[in-house]
Amino acid sequence: MLAENHIISSCVIEGGDVFKNGRLLFQNKSADLTGFLLSIYQHFQLNYPKYYKMDNLSKLGWLASEVLLMDNYQKDQYQPEEVGIVLANRNSSLDNDIKYFESAKEIASPSLFVYTLPNIVIGEICIRNNFKGEHGFYIQETFDADFVIVQVNYLLDNNILKACICGWVDVLDQYYKAALFLVEKRQTDSSVPFSAKNINNIFETN
Amino acid sequence: MEQDVFVVADNILSPIGKTTAENFDRLSGNVSGVMEHDDPAISSRPFYASIFDKSEAFIEGNQTGFTKFEQLLIASITDALKNTGIAVTDKKTILIISSTKGNISLLETEKNTPELQKRIALSTSAKLVAHHFGFSNTPIIISNACISGVMGIITGARLLQTGQYENAIIAGADVISSFILSGFESFQALSPQVCRPFDKSRDGLNLGEGAGTIILSANKKYTGNIKVLGGAVSNDANHISGPSRTGKELSFAIDQSLKEAGLSPNEIDFISAHGTATPYNDEMEANAINLSGLQSAPLNSLKGYYGHTLGAAGLIESIISIQSLQQDLVLPTPGFKKMGVTKPVNVIAEPLSVKAKRFLKTASGFGGCNAAVIFGK
Repeated sequence: MLAENHIISSCVIEGGDVFKNGRLLFQNKSADLTGFLLSIYQHFQLNYPKYYKMDNLSKLGWLASEVLLMDNYQKDQYQPEEVGIVLANRNSSLDNDIKYFESAKEIASPSLFVYTLPNIVIGEICIRNNFKGEHGFYIQETFDADFVIVQVNYLLDNNILKACICGWVDVLDQYYKAALFLVEKRQTDSSVPFSAKNINNIFETN
Repeated sequence: MEQDVFVVADNILSPIGKTTAENFDRLSGNVSGVMEHDDPAISSRPFYASIFDKSEAFIEGNQTGFTKFEQLLIASITDALKNTGIAVTDKKTILIISSTKGNISLLETEKNTPELQKRIALSTSAKLVAHHFGFSNTPIIISNACISGVMGIITGARLLQTGQYENAIIAGADVISSFILSGFESFQALSPQVCRPFDKSRDGLNLGEGAGTIILSANKKYTGNIKVLGGAVSNDANHISGPSRTGKELSFAIDQSLKEAGLSPNEIDFISAHGTATPYNDEMEANAINLSGLQSAPLNSLKGYYGHTLGAAGLIESIISIQSLQQDLVLPTPGFKKMGVTKPVNVIAEPLSVKAKRFLKTASGFGGCNAAVIFGK
């Protein structure tokens, strides 16, 4: 039997709240999505000029990954190829697709067009952290914890990866939700087993 | 791979032909789907692409309720399943759909409402297609830019490794509309002629539409069929719209695939490259192939036949290469005349009669993604 994998940390961003490992770290209920995302960026004193070029899906996923890895991930702990990302959502890149389509009626912008793919958020997180391993973006009507677990366990159990960020990042107009999990083979004092029950609990309860 | 993964059947539905056999025959006769089009619904200027005739019907009988994208998937899956005896209703059979943009063209013709947004969602298309055939499992949908098709094959092969499924039906499709064309145009990535992969004077890609389906099985009764031997995915972590400068990351995916297949580079008989004919892609790919020690392996790019079929590309190009293994004929690279990459690769400009046993298929895309898969006898 294969060894169990572990959730080292989690981050959920939803409804004006930012949770890290189940604890509310930041709240802003009064802003629209773009304003809310910027307030997270400012609250955590992040400094990454590329942020301002991103669409809302990439901003949300990138911010969630920053909070997820903060204090729980040592840079250079693994080789770049040993860290990967498995994400899913319902609305693909439709939020930005609509914006690109409207703008293209006047003049098509390459900087908007590049965000018309959902996996760009993976690219942004990889660029920030120099992660070069396996990754994949899947479209699901609702979060399918069992599927994500099969994918991530395959990558960890076959030693393709040593750490994997997985979860859900979805944006459409003012609707948004991110739930990211850092999963590794090692156990820590605060880690919980990487099971469907545990990730669904973290996904749902906030 | 620990568990053998066999190719059971496949289909290519393209402007060139409706079956794999039709496609391979016509490609062998040097027929290309890429030509100049003048269609104001897609672009205000004439453009080169491989697209279906507007009057072309894809499925018989009642087509209402299915978009062109869904019809392409249904037609391709129907033909691939023919005579296989694979039970789609079986809990051990999974459908995997790969696409970059699915039904996005609906934005161009319909009013943007919440209902339309739901209609555009890839999960809606997947559900309609799965219901049409009677699949009992919810389909898996992959949308990972231009590596979606190759990733579909890798995902399918891995799911068969886990024992969760016995059969995987992997279908990819994309439809070219003004949404996609205007975007590639804004990047100045489109060639004003038939594209010329790896050539000195290459000046961009052509877009193409089509669908491809590969059926994989772990069932031992297919022993003797061509197998998926290994596959891997990597990320450049460099730029969201430009490829790696070194090609190291694609090379890593190639090396991982070789390792999984238990092969050394000299055991790869030919390469089906991504070869989009953009200056940067082909340069990066040639670097990667050199880093992996595969520079002398005969290599083709099929983009001059099909254009870049996006989410279907990895499937269509793998299926043609599977035919090459079966028919001892590796197809050339239309448009290639003079080596145009810094680190030379063995691009073939003429058909090559060779008893090939194995090939490598590569793909790369926006978001810095790379994928490699190896098929063999």
